[in-house]
Amino acid sequence: MRTLFDCHKASKVKIVKLNADGDLKQRLISFGIMKEVKVEVLEHAPAKSTIEVKVGKMRIALRAEEAKLIEVEQI
Amino acid sequence: MNRVDAKACPIIINHIKVALVGQPNVGKSMLINSVSNAHLHVGNFSGVTVDKTEVLFNYKEYHFTVVDLPGTYAFTDYTIEERVTHEYLCTGDYDIIINVVDSTNLEKNLQLTSELLTMSKQVVIALNMIDEAEKEGINIDAEYMSELIGVPCIKVSAVTKEGIDKLIEAVTLKYETAKSQTKLYFSESVEEEIAQLVWYLDKHKFESENTYRNIAINLLKGDKTTYAKLHDEPIWIELQPILIEAGKHIKLHHNSDDIKEAFAEEYASFNRGVTAEVLNQKKQEEKRTLTEKIDSILIHPVLGIPIFLFFMWSLFQLTFEIGNIPMEYIDIFFTWFGDTIGATIANDDIRSLVVDGVIAGVGAVVLFVPNIIILFMGIALLEGTGYMSRVAFLLDGFFHKFGLHGQSFIPLVTGFGCSIPAYMSARILKNDRDRLLTLFIIGFMSCGARLPVYVLFAGAFFSPEMAGNILFFIYVSGAILGLISAKILKLTAFKGKDEPFVMEMPKYRLPTFKLIWHTVLTKTMMYLKKAGTYIAAASMLIWFLSNYPHNIKLTQSYETKIEQTKDIVLKEELHNTLNELELEQSYLGVIGKFSESIFTPLGFDWKMSVALQAGLAAKEVVVSTLGVLYALGNDVDQENRSLMGAISKNISFPSAVAFIVVIMIYLPCLAASIVFTREAGHIKYFFYLFAFTSVVAYIMAFIAYTFTRFLF
Repeated sequence: MRTLFDCHKASKVKIVKLNADGDLKQRLISFGIMKEVKVEVLEHAPAKSTIEVKVGKMRIALRAEEAKLIEVEQI
Repeated sequence: MNRVDAKACPIIINHIKVALVGQPNVGKSMLINSVSNAHLHVGNFSGVTVDKTEVLFNYKEYHFTVVDLPGTYAFTDYTIEERVTHEYLCTGDYDIIINVVDSTNLEKNLQLTSELLTMSKQVVIALNMIDEAEKEGINIDAEYMSELIGVPCIKVSAVTKEGIDKLIEAVTLKYETAKSQTKLYFSESVEEEIAQLVWYLDKHKFESENTYRNIAINLLKGDKTTYAKLHDEPIWIELQPILIEAGKHIKLHHNSDDIKEAFAEEYASFNRGVTAEVLNQKKQEEKRTLTEKIDSILIHPVLGIPIFLFFMWSLFQLTFEIGNIPMEYIDIFFTWFGDTIGATIANDDIRSLVVDGVIAGVGAVVLFVPNIIILFMGIALLEGTGYMSRVAFLLDGFFHKFGLHGQSFIPLVTGFGCSIPAYMSARILKNDRDRLLTLFIIGFMSCGARLPVYVLFAGAFFSPEMAGNILFFIYVSGAILGLISAKILKLTAFKGKDEPFVMEMPKYRLPTFKLIWHTVLTKTMMYLKKAGTYIAAASMLIWFLSNYPHNIKLTQSYETKIEQTKDIVLKEELHNTLNELELEQSYLGVIGKFSESIFTPLGFDWKMSVALQAGLAAKEVVVSTLGVLYALGNDVDQENRSLMGAISKNISFPSAVAFIVVIMIYLPCLAASIVFTREAGHIKYFFYLFAFTSVVAYIMAFIAYTFTRFLF
């Protein structure tokens, strides 16, 4: 299983599944992070504790724990 | 009055109350600020520390009130702001919604719009930042869009003021016309379920303000308010099984076990459809945007943090260097003001109350206003440009280890200057628990007012060369202790799952001067108004406690002695002894004596106990109280050599260390405590803070006392 956390910088992937539950899932969806959406990884913070991704035209910062809950596949 | 009457007699002014909503960073506040001849009214949403801005203006025969609701991505209840917006939209008293949309990111913004369309209220869409969109080669067919979704869409720009009048005109027009059905369409499977529910509601002639179609949609997507409304209706018994069945179908169709997720996908595809129809973007070659270019430097894995630290350093330099210049004048002014007023009051007690109590107390609060203005200007700038999100991105890794949030950094660092703006700036943390935790440990960052105490004690026990290092050590150990406490609190009192960190990194923007100024002015006025009133009362209390009861016999006997001697030095000494004795028998002194036993294990005498308790009013008071108690007269500052001498003679080294530890940790000054309570949102948090800081201070001081006694 490949997650958003495993992706290298500048890689473009498609979201397959959100393994988050309840509030967090709603939160991710409200940011446009949902199934079938294409995501580009922009930047890693020091020690890869946080990552920055681009969804549509929006840049979003995620903590590593949250990124690990997002299953993706290569496009 | 209903609308038909209003048309018949246009002389009577009608009120239109507008709810202004949009996703974060769409320039909502800027739009509301660009309405000409508008009155701003700033307050709080009831019960929460969320700023509520209302804009009042007149247009034709209408009187407008526009409520600026906090930005929200969708109808979620994650942060206080989102809760406030959601609640206001569902239950608030307003007539019409203006939905502000960022034209440069239409599809994403429609996410909120499509949810608004299912509400019973009328909606007008403001396609904001249209000038920017056009520059990017984006062309939106607003007329077609209005037709497509069934609500007026108006192109506006807060910067160029284009379309503002047209927007207001559209709102009045919409207000005057009857509610029309919005055109929000879903996939076939969902439409089938909607049709069934509508048919059912129609059959029972269900009475409602909202249309049957919207009720059906809200029921299907599990909207709590709609459920609550229908739950008590007789048709609910029959409706429930139909709903359960419908929910199953939709979930099956979306291959998801979550109806909210299924609906999010439905909305997303509707939004995609609308965007594809109305938006036309000239093909541009894939070049990096300005934001991406700036970000490649500002959130660079290596350079990012040093650059940020430089910005912070500059901000604090500005705050405390420039801020200190007017401070001196404010101080002079209040001294002059006190003297002038004092000269007009004949009664000694009343004069003392007004001059030493009220004016001195309020003056101490006003003293910090320049610092607060500069600091908030800096923070408003950091936030307004979008840089604050980058800071959180960079620092979250480190702070998360201690259970804090990346954005906690700003209030914590501010705490080194003064706890009051620090508590206020904790508002940038949108999550309740993160904010509370940060509020609890701000006090560990030693504020500027504690510096005199440290200087005094470091000077008394160490050589001048060493004193600087000791000072640095005190500050650093305070900060480390704070981080450790955060971790402990997180593992105990604030236990629970970690709050997720998902945050937009908005485009870099240059905020207008007006917007920044408005933010700063609001914050400053709030500080002056609230802290000012409480402070005046509290200063009077402290003044009372340290001046009463009067012992006339004592005073008279000393005054005769003072008069009888010719020796100036002796006169001074007698005067000091009188002050000391007066303080000893005052209520404050009684409290000090009473609490002495509590502090005996730390090696404090009653004088130190009193000084500590006086420090609850303001930390600067500790030094002057010690000065009075060790009989050196009132005009004592940390440079006073003889006080240093008196302290090193009268206080043992272990007691001094324990004293410093207590000063470092215990409750911040009264003004700060009041601000803390307000920001935390409930008085109970003040008692928690009091208990927490007292216990930690006592334990740490005891350890320090025992340890140093063992060593030396």
